[in-house]
Amino acid sequence: MSKGEPNANIAAYEQRIAALEAKLSALTATVEVGSTGGDREKWKDWAERYGLVIAWIVMILLLGIFKPDQMFAWNSYASMLGSNAMIVVLTLALIIPLTTGDFDLSVASVMGLSSMLIAVLNVKLGFPIAGAIIVALAVGAMVGLVNAFFILYFGVHSLIVTLGTGYFINGLILWVANSGTISGVSMGLVKAVILTRFLGIPIGFYYALILTGVIWYVFQHTSMGRRLLFVGRGREVARLSGVNVNKVRTGALVAASTMAAFAGVLYTGMRGAADPSSALAFLLPAFAAAFLGSTAIYPGRFNAPGAFVAVFFLSTGIMGLNFLGVDSFVQNLFYGGGLVIAVSISQLIRGRKPMD
Amino acid sequence: MSLTSGTKGAAPNGGCALEIEHLSKRFGGAIALNDVSLSVRRGEVHGLLGSNGSGKSTLIKVLAGFHAPEPGAEVRLYGQPVPLPIPGVQVRALGLAFVHQHLGLIPSLSVSENLFLGQLATGQDWGINWRAIHDRAARIFERFNLALDPRAEVGRLSAVQQALLAIVRAYEDLRHASEDHGDRPGVLVLDEPTPFLPRAGVEQLFQLVRQCIDTGASVIFVSHDVDEVREITDRATILRDGQLIDTVETAQTDHDAFVERIIGRSMDIYAGAAKPMPTKGPCVAVKGLSAPGVGPVALDIGQGEILGLTGLIGSGFDNVPSLLYGAHKGTQGQMSIEGQALDLSTLTPEDALAQKITYLPADRLGQAGVGSLSVGDNVALPIYEKLRSKLGLTNRQIEIHAQILGGEAGVKPNVPALPLSALSGGNAQKALIAKWLQTNPRLLLLDEPTQGVDVGARQQIWDALDKTADSGAAILLASTDYEQLAQICHRVLIFAQGQIVAELTGAELTKDTIAERCYRSMPTLA
Repeated sequence: MSKGEPNANIAAYEQRIAALEAKLSALTATVEVGSTGGDREKWKDWAERYGLVIAWIVMILLLGIFKPDQMFAWNSYASMLGSNAMIVVLTLALIIPLTTGDFDLSVASVMGLSSMLIAVLNVKLGFPIAGAIIVALAVGAMVGLVNAFFILYFGVHSLIVTLGTGYFINGLILWVANSGTISGVSMGLVKAVILTRFLGIPIGFYYALILTGVIWYVFQHTSMGRRLLFVGRGREVARLSGVNVNKVRTGALVAASTMAAFAGVLYTGMRGAADPSSALAFLLPAFAAAFLGSTAIYPGRFNAPGAFVAVFFLSTGIMGLNFLGVDSFVQNLFYGGGLVIAVSISQLIRGRKPMD
Repeated sequence: MSLTSGTKGAAPNGGCALEIEHLSKRFGGAIALNDVSLSVRRGEVHGLLGSNGSGKSTLIKVLAGFHAPEPGAEVRLYGQPVPLPIPGVQVRALGLAFVHQHLGLIPSLSVSENLFLGQLATGQDWGINWRAIHDRAARIFERFNLALDPRAEVGRLSAVQQALLAIVRAYEDLRHASEDHGDRPGVLVLDEPTPFLPRAGVEQLFQLVRQCIDTGASVIFVSHDVDEVREITDRATILRDGQLIDTVETAQTDHDAFVERIIGRSMDIYAGAAKPMPTKGPCVAVKGLSAPGVGPVALDIGQGEILGLTGLIGSGFDNVPSLLYGAHKGTQGQMSIEGQALDLSTLTPEDALAQKITYLPADRLGQAGVGSLSVGDNVALPIYEKLRSKLGLTNRQIEIHAQILGGEAGVKPNVPALPLSALSGGNAQKALIAKWLQTNPRLLLLDEPTQGVDVGARQQIWDALDKTADSGAAILLASTDYEQLAQICHRVLIFAQGQIVAELTGAELTKDTIAERCYRSMPTLA
């Protein structure tokens, strides 16, 4: 073999490689421009993020055409914002395990249990209200541990475990309550949730707002929050990258139950009473808001600001329809339909891949 | 050397069950099969041999209807032309049945349900008579002298029993399909059924194969195991780099002649890189490593050394990196890294990372990275803590960091906000290697790091590994790409049946020698 020929060949190849590299870097540059600039892309991105907020405003305007007096009155919104605070908290509780890939169907039951415990301890057994709240939160955390134990130790699917524990807790509530409503909870709690107002809105709303901010910060700006996402999207990837997957999932379930118990605290404060069954009706609204929220603000992820907007989007719609004189069954239509439509939209965003 | 030697001289038809002529297949620019012609006779066991990338699995996939061949090919079954591309759903009715390595059994169903799966799944029947079905299954097993309980759950059967069941099922499907034309008993394709079976099981499987051909059916036996092919086949075809090298009469071909045809004589320009061993001293020592299918194995890696592990499929070498990372329960053994002792039975990935041991799995989007999350997040996962500022972690910090790393690693396009799944295999792999290299590992464990990676990216990955080794890290690389091993490794260990059977260094470290040792490794233990 002669030596000159391969050298010439190599030189020719190098030239071609250099030309291709130049082409590639030009292409890379366009892609980079496309992802950071690019008017259409940017607009599409923006529409996806704020679509729900825009839909909310459009809905208010539409309903306002028919009932301007009520739809454009600050008072309607102030009471609506206040009375949905516990749904916001419940939804936030839900999105933590949803992010790590676990369903928690027991949150509404925990909320009911916490509400009933506070009433029983405070009214029947004469506990100071602060003590009763602490016990309720601790019991909530324990439910989370029990859920985590069955899900992780026995490897049972979270849907089954929490369906079971939720139903079990419903039984506990009836037992503790002696099947009746307990009223007369300390005015201190009622004052701290609903009677104190800021800008006309009951203070309970601000608790929910602060919690939304905290969850947003944890999800978006801490390494723990990012790891939650890895655990949910790729358990094996997270495990092989040194994340203690079981610890993270346990933490998420405990946090969810504790926050659900806090939702129960707000619920009790809002009414000054507790009943055995009404809290259970909040499970579906929370799920609907969690999934609808995952299509907004940070599309494709369960996120706190999205959940916050989704709760008030749904409750504004219900409030408006109530003003129009539609019966109370509209609530079920709205939440049930909202859940299915929200999940369908998020599937579209994900490109119709099956859900994990 | 003739490319299509072999069967041209055979009788025009009469004896042939399956004839393939001028079959080619390209994937993009790469040619996977180049004008292959071969024929399988009636009542013959025909071996199909070749190493990784030789084209044997492409050939099988064309026959199964997964791939469309290039125009100009012709396939005939018992003299009748088969439409191309082969219609996958009708392939059985045509007289071809396949048993793939994964067998295609449903573990949670009973033996009978699996055996008659095709009929149960597609039949229109409102009253299944289970007793009759179990009786039918029992009669079939009796005919083959198999002790299988039709009511048993398939998941509880041994690996051998499952393989036998899959073969019986394929054979019965063929028999069912050819009921109205008994002169065309069909061709059974067994695609690497043996690597995970014990020796006694292979014997049983061969008996079953012989029973099948006694009834006039033909069998194509795909394998890389020369001894098994020599034992069971009448003739064998050897493929290499997409070319048909030869079709030989098994009885007249000895072991070495087979190995020579499989490996070929060096046609490539790569000599061994013959890298001098680094002399920085030992870094990692592993003693008594054992796990299902592996060991006990002892090995050590020097500082700055790239140690390759290889072997044939089923030899266990590919499990070693994840075992040393503590990724599996039930591992036994000790490892010491720079004098620190670690117990492999209690090691977890967390502990391993704390010791600066990192592991890059072969399953890129299943174990190494999350496709739906951004490249930036994937890269930053191990070092989130270091990236946070007073106000916390932001996307901007993550993306700036990933952009710098991506630039160094040559990731294209270098846009950290893109989801990982948007990158090509090679670029995703560059990013994932950068993810671990940024942690300055003392021991880097890699499993098939360049699988599905294009040539240019491959070179960049090799350069990155060389640089890492030069800085004093120890690298363990499991791969079946002999060329890659020869180029990048200082030393290569060859595995067979979970044990180290050979060690190659220096001038011995060539693609050919590695391949030869892999294929010769079988008889040394048998």
